[in-house]
Amino acid sequence: MKKLLSIAAVAITMSAAVSIAADFKPGIIYDLGGKFDKSFNEGVYNGAEKFKKEFGIEYRGFEIANDSQREQAMRNFARRGIDPILAVGFSQAAAVEKVAKEFPKVRFAIIDMVVNLPNVESIVFKEHEGSFLVGILAAMSAKSGKVGFVGGMDIPLIRKFACGYVGGVKHVNAKMDVFQNMTGSTGAAWSDPVKGGELAKSQFDRGADVVYHAAGGTGIGVLQAAADAGKLGIGVDSNQNHLHPGSVLTSMLKRVDVAAYNTFKAAKDGTWKAGFSALGLKEDGVGWALDDNNAKLVSADMKAAVAKATQEIVSGKIVVHDYMADSKCPY
Amino acid sequence: MAPAIKLVGIDKSFGAVHANKDINLNVSAGSVHGIIGENGAGKSTLMSILYGFYKADAGDIFVNGEKLNIHASQDAIDAGIGMVHQHFMLVDTFSVLENIILGAEGGALLRKGVDKAREELNRLEREYELEVDIDALIGDLPVGLQQRVEILKALYRGAQILVLDEPTGVLTPQEADHLFRILNALKDQGKTIILITHKLREIMAITDAVSVMRQGEMVAHRETAKTSTEELAELMVGRKVLLRVEKGEASPAHAVLEVENLTATDKSGVVRVKGVSFNVRAGEIVGIAGVSGNGQSDLLAALSGITKVTGGKILINGKPFVGGPPQGAADVRHMGLAHVPEDRQRMGLVIPFEAWECSILGYHNEDECCRGPVIDRPKVIQESLRKMEAFDVRPQDPNLVTGNFSGGNQQKIVLAREIDRDPDILLVGQPTRGVDIGAIEFIHKRLIEMRDAGKAVLLVSVELDEIMSLSDRILVMFDGHIVGEIPASEANERILGLMMAGINPDDDEEAA
Amino acid sequence: MAGPMGTDIPRWANVVVLPIVNLIAAFLVSGLVVLIIGENPLEVVQILIWGAFGFEEAIGYTLFYATNFIFTGLAVSIAFHCMLFNIGGEGQAYIGGLGITLVGLHFGFLPPIVLIPLCVIGAALFGAAWAFIPAYLQAKRGSHIVITTIMFNFIASSVMVYLLVNVLIQPGSMQPESREFGEAAIPFVHEALAWLGVEFAESPWNLSFLWALVCCVLVWGYVWHTRWGYEMRTVGTSPTAAAYAGISETKSIIVTMCISGALAGFLGLNEIMGYHHRLLLHFSGGYGFVGIAVALMGRSHPVGVCLAAILFGALYQGGAELSFEIPTITRELVIVIQGLVIIFAGALEFMFKPQVEAVFRWFMPRRSAAAPAE
Repeated sequence: MKKLLSIAAVAITMSAAVSIAADFKPGIIYDLGGKFDKSFNEGVYNGAEKFKKEFGIEYRGFEIANDSQREQAMRNFARRGIDPILAVGFSQAAAVEKVAKEFPKVRFAIIDMVVNLPNVESIVFKEHEGSFLVGILAAMSAKSGKVGFVGGMDIPLIRKFACGYVGGVKHVNAKMDVFQNMTGSTGAAWSDPVKGGELAKSQFDRGADVVYHAAGGTGIGVLQAAADAGKLGIGVDSNQNHLHPGSVLTSMLKRVDVAAYNTFKAAKDGTWKAGFSALGLKEDGVGWALDDNNAKLVSADMKAAVAKATQEIVSGKIVVHDYMADSKCPY
Repeated sequence: MAPAIKLVGIDKSFGAVHANKDINLNVSAGSVHGIIGENGAGKSTLMSILYGFYKADAGDIFVNGEKLNIHASQDAIDAGIGMVHQHFMLVDTFSVLENIILGAEGGALLRKGVDKAREELNRLEREYELEVDIDALIGDLPVGLQQRVEILKALYRGAQILVLDEPTGVLTPQEADHLFRILNALKDQGKTIILITHKLREIMAITDAVSVMRQGEMVAHRETAKTSTEELAELMVGRKVLLRVEKGEASPAHAVLEVENLTATDKSGVVRVKGVSFNVRAGEIVGIAGVSGNGQSDLLAALSGITKVTGGKILINGKPFVGGPPQGAADVRHMGLAHVPEDRQRMGLVIPFEAWECSILGYHNEDECCRGPVIDRPKVIQESLRKMEAFDVRPQDPNLVTGNFSGGNQQKIVLAREIDRDPDILLVGQPTRGVDIGAIEFIHKRLIEMRDAGKAVLLVSVELDEIMSLSDRILVMFDGHIVGEIPASEANERILGLMMAGINPDDDEEAA
Repeated sequence: MAGPMGTDIPRWANVVVLPIVNLIAAFLVSGLVVLIIGENPLEVVQILIWGAFGFEEAIGYTLFYATNFIFTGLAVSIAFHCMLFNIGGEGQAYIGGLGITLVGLHFGFLPPIVLIPLCVIGAALFGAAWAFIPAYLQAKRGSHIVITTIMFNFIASSVMVYLLVNVLIQPGSMQPESREFGEAAIPFVHEALAWLGVEFAESPWNLSFLWALVCCVLVWGYVWHTRWGYEMRTVGTSPTAAAYAGISETKSIIVTMCISGALAGFLGLNEIMGYHHRLLLHFSGGYGFVGIAVALMGRSHPVGVCLAAILFGALYQGGAELSFEIPTITRELVIVIQGLVIIFAGALEFMFKPQVEAVFRWFMPRRSAAAPAE
């Protein structure tokens, strides 16, 4: 036992020594979905990879396997001199709060949640604003007057997406129907493309012309169903237009990759600041994707309408309701 | 002429259990050869080795003089050995024909094989008096006919040597006689037959030669004509045994169990007991004879409270009783009834439990074995040891797992538990099934003692010898009815056999 | 009757040697996988063991996970004794957590000495209630318990998502979790040791562990020393013998499942009352399912369950350290190793039995006279 303990001590000091030797070593703790979730964990991963390629700086990533590992992983990182530590996902808030207090000199960042501590940068996104824009596009391309939404799990974050989307649709035509479905109540709801496809299909059968998904890997099935039915789907988080060219109307972009990249870069350059940032249209944190794959689907009118809405949101003329503010959706 | 089967130095162990010790056996071609021995003597193991289910640790097998390496049953079948198991290996929902060609279909398409099989079977049936409707479903056939199907199956595969494992256990005496006629016909055609049994009467009736096994060893070979049941019994058990039960006159008193027009169903709701009435008086043994499956088991289940009575009345010591789960079986014990079930392995005992645990089964809620909810283990173990001593259970180890006792000793554990409670009436089902001769003697003595102590005993058995030698009165059950009652003194095998087959012996006599 | 089953190797060989052989086989196969991805298996084993037991925090985490597995392993094993396959530990644990949460949220002001027993009762009641329904359906309607308990896992999951998103969530929060209960909680082991003047590294290991050990003793007593346990085992081993003895199968099934559900519900004590101090989405995190493997490996005996739980706890904690130390060993690979242990210990439980028996027979003098009573 004693021997083991001393080995442990050596190992810890050694790894600490190694990380001190390297000047700058950022780390990421992904959420339960893992870094290849085709959704926002992967967005963070892409941003970090970009950072790595550009500056040749290695970073450490850790995918947790259960809730109890969040705190453990974070503490392990901090102890080994990893800095800054980027925590992905709102579920990490409690762990960040606890560990950031224990290691006041280590810089932390958390995406999708706010933690008020002097060494934590909190990054949240105004998904409702981006969803509002794709809602406008959906409403304008739906000749039937009906559109749909497929969410992953029924949690406030996804309701936020849905609410912004409905807002955008009603902004164009207050009488339009919006079908909403959530995929499930377990973690599997984020990675069930078959069920996603079925839900989208049923919405198309009920007359929807466009279906927007905020369902991670499940959304792949939604977009596939749209392509199969000759209708339109809308992607989420990253640009998914290329998945089914001509069948994906657009994608609501949530630039977690940019956020991850910026956090690492700022930390490297010494410009990193603790505090809170809400990235919306104004900050280019959310947006919509237009490329060769969907150019034909978006008419000049649509572009103009979205541009106008964008400008009005940025200027504050339109305030898109944030579901999280009062847990209600007025649309 | 080389013997049909010659076994040399066959040896087989399962762990420390030495099931077959250096066995030598010669079976001459064209004879009926009996192998007898108590349960656990190693008969079945030996035959399983011959048929390729087990591989012997040592020893050689010669068939018609040729040395044979038998690795699987197919090797045995190829060598012309056929086996009729104690428990039939038939598919209930298939027809006779389909069962027979099972495993010998002769190609991927059935048609051709079926036509050929039909022809061949018709020939076999004619030749050996094996009539059976080859298009009937197995499930619809009585056991006697199912057995014929098994024999046909073996013959169809070209068996020259036929092994039958306890073939008469499920048959009426008449059916058994028919079977022996078939076996004789087979013998006349030059087939060799090995008959495994523990019934001495059968050995004397049909075999040409007999080999006796005891505790894994082959202890004697005899020509049947030159031996006697007494000698064979002694060889089997290793000491002198008393084959006849000695008992005095019964002196029955008041009725302890009264049954009026009772009907009962089995688990799937089929009516199995169809309005039976009888009583059992203190100080007598009433035997119920019948071919197994004619409602005796369901009658016992209803009387002992396991299943609910669907019609009629049961009175125990004059008090009415209905029974049925979940409480029935517990209630009836309190009314003074004890029950030694037919199937001790599945009912009377819990095989993986230790002996002391089984010694309180059904009485585990009684005050004397518990302190509150906690079972008083030392006390129960001590009591269990006492009962084991009283009933000569061997080994006398309450901590031994029940399954490791031999059949006879398991039965003694059940009997000890039930008799020790001093019940007014004892229901006993198949008390000596799978029990060796020594234990049979002991169990029979105990039942007579119960009777002489003024208790009522209801005995259900398919062994006519047992019914006749123990009972004071005999009831015969057929198809859920009690078709006859005779005093034991007037009973003989022929009369009982006819009644068991549902035929009125008086009518039969007239017809004859 | 001598049969192929009639073996005579000592019981402890089956109970001790066989699981160890299975474990070694699992590690050997894992070693091959590790080799394929180009790492040194010996180093991996070293880190795994060091990561699980090498320092105080590691021991704390290992035993924290082990506590979860003891509860769910006991839940599955007690049901096994009644021949019931309770796959619903996951859902029962989840709902048990709801019971704790309701107590925690409404009675958080009470002193721990009152609050914690209330939490134990809440967990037991809710977990048992969730197991009661499948048990009732099995006992009275014959609906197969495997199917119903699986279904009830999904129902539990849906119910909890609904409650967390709509009812229990802190207003304005993005996170589907309840608010923190407040000060009263089950003390951490490092806190408890600090009261005694012993220093121990901080970890989520809390005093629920002691309750888990108490539960082991209680389960042992119940199964082998009470008449209820006797009835339960009789029903589980031989329903016909139970009917013969006048034991109610219905009652046994329902009571056993309720106990099983209550044990699974205690998972929440460790996770919620012991560590997170608030209700999280999916806090049951698959522990209910791993409990099946724990019960199989522990041969449904509390001592075995304890040992198997510590093994799985070590795999969880050591596995986490492993993916820290060697980034090429991803969490998926750690799951592969855990999976191999489950396959060898659970599904292929008796694969090496003939070999182990052969070895024993080789070394044991032939006791031909020992054949009992034949």
